[in-house]
Amino acid sequence: MAKFEKKRGKSSPAISTASLPDIIFMLLFFFMMVTVLRDASLMVDVKTPNATELTKLQEKSLVNYLYIGKPMEKYQSTYGTSPRLQLGDKFSTVADIPLFLEKHKIKVPEGKRPRITSSLRVDGKVTMGIVQDIKTQLRKSNQLKVNYSAKPRVD
Amino acid sequence: MSKSRDRLSNEINAGSMADIAFLLLIFFLVTTQIVEDKGITVKLPPWSEDEVDPTKLKTRNVFSVLVNAQNQLLVRGEPANINDLRERAKEFIVNPQRREDLAEKPTKAIISLKNDRGTNYKTYLEVYNELKAAYTELWTEEIQRKYPQYTEYSDDLPREIRREIKGRIPFVLSEAEPTNFGEE
Repeated sequence: MAKFEKKRGKSSPAISTASLPDIIFMLLFFFMMVTVLRDASLMVDVKTPNATELTKLQEKSLVNYLYIGKPMEKYQSTYGTSPRLQLGDKFSTVADIPLFLEKHKIKVPEGKRPRITSSLRVDGKVTMGIVQDIKTQLRKSNQLKVNYSAKPRVD
Repeated sequence: MSKSRDRLSNEINAGSMADIAFLLLIFFLVTTQIVEDKGITVKLPPWSEDEVDPTKLKTRNVFSVLVNAQNQLLVRGEPANINDLRERAKEFIVNPQRREDLAEKPTKAIISLKNDRGTNYKTYLEVYNELKAAYTELWTEEIQRKYPQYTEYSDDLPREIRREIKGRIPFVLSEAEPTNFGEE
């Protein structure tokens, strides 16, 4: 009898927290999988308009992003306030588009190249002039699949 | 003495592991943004130097939409409201009353969109969205009539069915070179 009592007294009532890191790691990996690290930080303000007829972009690796909008406040002293195009992580002109597309294209396997889509993330307040110039340049570069990025609208 | 030291060094305190993992977790939560990759997919026409001659088309088959620099709409020569655009486009394409001034048949209907360089992108996209919505609604109606097992048109439908529906009501939207009157 005394033997049993001794044993019970010795065992500590503390719950083991050794598996806690595993749980947290699981959460961590989940978030790492679902979130996409954006390779470029935005230098222009982009607030995409709302629309209803949306299609989802399927493969992220087949998409290149073109941002159009007013430069953010900290860049306005150097780049002005008129809408600008951002390719990758720098301000660009329309003439830089073919090289940008080509750089993206060589990273894509040849069989998937016809499915490359350009995602135009354009601010709603931008006028069509710059958008039109970019569209023309995309057509000249034979990049015809375009996605006008928009947010879903509930109505 | 030596025995108890052995026992101590056998297990490393793993309590702080959770803290480290939490730190990493919070870092990822803060730095990553979930980008919503949704939008209106458009197929641009291939670039060609020569202009298309629009005079070959019959006026009744063309549904012209003009957007000026003040974001006002001109549909088939008269001012219009964006809220009526979808219904008017649908009526034009199907022409249920066989009217003389609307499209002969859906396969001949052409929507012509023209904007100014000063048009707001938001307005442009809204107009484009309405026109596309008109077609999606027509496709949905068509699919409900032909294939009652489907309730609405979507990209998840079998390819042959989509192709058949789009063959009957093809999406033809031609965008003209924009005018240059307004201020950019």
